[in-house]
Amino acid sequence: MKVLWFHLMPYTELPEDFKERHPGVWVEIDPALFDPERAHVMYNDFMDELEFAADRGFDGICVNEHHSNGYGLMPSPNLIASSLARRTSDAAICVMGSSVALYDPPIRVAEEFAMIDCISGGRLIAGFPVGTPMDTCYAYSRNPGLLRPRYYEAIDLITRAWREDKPFPYNGRFNQLRYVNPWPRPIQKPRPPVWVPGSGSVETWRMCYENDFVYAYLSYWGYKAGLGVMKGFWEEMKAMGAEPNPYHAGFLQAVGVAESRAEAVDLYAEPASYFYDRCLHLDPKFARPPGYVSEATVRSRITSQVSRAADQAISARPFHSADDNVLEQGHVIVGSPDEVADQLREVAINLNVGHLMLLLHFGNMSKDLTRHNTQLFAERVLPQIADLFDDEWEDKWWPSPMPSQSRAVPEPVAV
Amino acid sequence: MTAHAERSAAVPGGELRVWEKGAGPAICFFAGVVGLPRWLPVLDRLAEAHRVAAPSLPGAPGGHSADLLDDHVDWLLAARDAHRAAETDGGALIGASTGGALAADVAAVWPRAVGKLVLIAPFGMFDEAEPIADIFAQRPRDRSPLLTNRPEELDAYTACGSDDADQALEWDIAMQRANNAAARLLWPLGDTRLATRLGRIACPTLLLRGADDRVMPRSYAARMADAISGPATIREIAGAGHMAEFDRPDEVAEAIAAFLAGG
Repeated sequence: MKVLWFHLMPYTELPEDFKERHPGVWVEIDPALFDPERAHVMYNDFMDELEFAADRGFDGICVNEHHSNGYGLMPSPNLIASSLARRTSDAAICVMGSSVALYDPPIRVAEEFAMIDCISGGRLIAGFPVGTPMDTCYAYSRNPGLLRPRYYEAIDLITRAWREDKPFPYNGRFNQLRYVNPWPRPIQKPRPPVWVPGSGSVETWRMCYENDFVYAYLSYWGYKAGLGVMKGFWEEMKAMGAEPNPYHAGFLQAVGVAESRAEAVDLYAEPASYFYDRCLHLDPKFARPPGYVSEATVRSRITSQVSRAADQAISARPFHSADDNVLEQGHVIVGSPDEVADQLREVAINLNVGHLMLLLHFGNMSKDLTRHNTQLFAERVLPQIADLFDDEWEDKWWPSPMPSQSRAVPEPVAV
Repeated sequence: MTAHAERSAAVPGGELRVWEKGAGPAICFFAGVVGLPRWLPVLDRLAEAHRVAAPSLPGAPGGHSADLLDDHVDWLLAARDAHRAAETDGGALIGASTGGALAADVAAVWPRAVGKLVLIAPFGMFDEAEPIADIFAQRPRDRSPLLTNRPEELDAYTACGSDDADQALEWDIAMQRANNAAARLLWPLGDTRLATRLGRIACPTLLLRGADDRVMPRSYAARMADAISGPATIREIAGAGHMAEFDRPDEVAEAIAAFLAGG
């Protein structure tokens, strides 16, 4: 089992009446709510937290991309990842990911990822999301009907750019380039592992199979919501002839650890409530840009019970606020170290997922509580789950860095 | 009242449906954002003294796929193919909303193919100072009231109305496809750069708008009329929203018939 520490970087000071007074956290979020000087503190705290997690022994640290979004302050996750590459030494740097369909030309992502891979000594996991409707079709005005073909083409271009050993022309449907020759090039050969954060589209599942990418289901709604999607994924993988290697999949889960469940509820109820009530206060008008979901997926969701359940989990939930008792819903796993370890083992086994991406910071969790959660998890949960799956399956989708003795060590700044 | 006839036409993009009714001077009708899932009363009225042909635009019910239409040249050619399939060259061309954007372009680029042009609240331009409403970012319950003064009737017009699950599925997908195609043509602002081509429209043009149009600000019609080089008149339809032809079919048909009958 690989356990990664995932930061969304939410703005932690949305007002208490945010839900009542503002239509949503995304796309049209009120610019007046953003205080750059407070964001200065937040960014630095968040990066401290990621670096702390790497230091405590998490297998990887994750960042992701959102735009015009009050719960995700990373329009450019690569900026954060490049800094993490310098300030950490062993953890995988998981950019989950870069929305390749948004960039003209997408080789910019090939270049930046190659830079991060070089700086980190080959520790990059390259995430390629389609991107949410809010990020792609509204905040970046990408044509929803063309988003997915653009996405596939961008991935094709980027992976080919990493693979080819000489400059080449690329004559795509959306990208025409006379000279493709990214410089630098990634350390990892033939390329860094590619992970695809997805929702529940059949095309994405098939693409992951055909290209040997990890499929990661990033839901904020926990294990129960994930069950339908992951069941659909594994059924599709089986139909295509893939072996059920749990490392072919990833899953996101929010977790709060304390000495007891009662204490955990006491500690984590407020940040959980902030996250589900304010951060996930989304305006439904941005949920379904026409053409964003392919016809094949629409048909599959209507005709397949599994897919329909998944669709309901995906589409309905984020646009309804959770009730006050989010910790009772199973969206966040809270408890003592043993309770959390038991639940995570169950999640990993039932979903057949070898890469667990954990939100140990969520909502407006303070830096102290985040460190406490991270420390407790690293010391008393991680050892209980780390060996899961390893006797049976090989993780073929994990970075292959340079030997540690060959890697550069950043020098301290001379005083 | 007699029913309309249906035929199929082969165009480079595939097969498309052409609905026809009436006899007399030819009218081609390009439908708006929901396409033509069913025949419309306004077409009955027009068919009383004209041959009305309604070819399905790409992605709309009865139309061929819009999946390979990547840019405006693709759309323009597909629109002209549909127009040619209507076999109304030299006659009138009516375009509503999204269909209006394409009808204006057909008249601009193939001036001899269009004798008279009627545009009902056409898309194609965008003014930052007076933005068009975002019809593609609406809660489902808000969309019909934005488009029409008769939201319940529009919901019924676009609903399958069958208990047969397979039929309902195909209908829903066809309606989604129509919306997807409209979005594909107009994303993100509805500006097809039509303003740069309006000066090529030399034929007499009638610009119709619903007085209650909540999508397209009133100034757009005047701006288009100014830019069109041929004689252009504006007529506002009382009691109608963006889909004026749906809201007030009699008044819209009368306005069009009067315009077509004029010199």
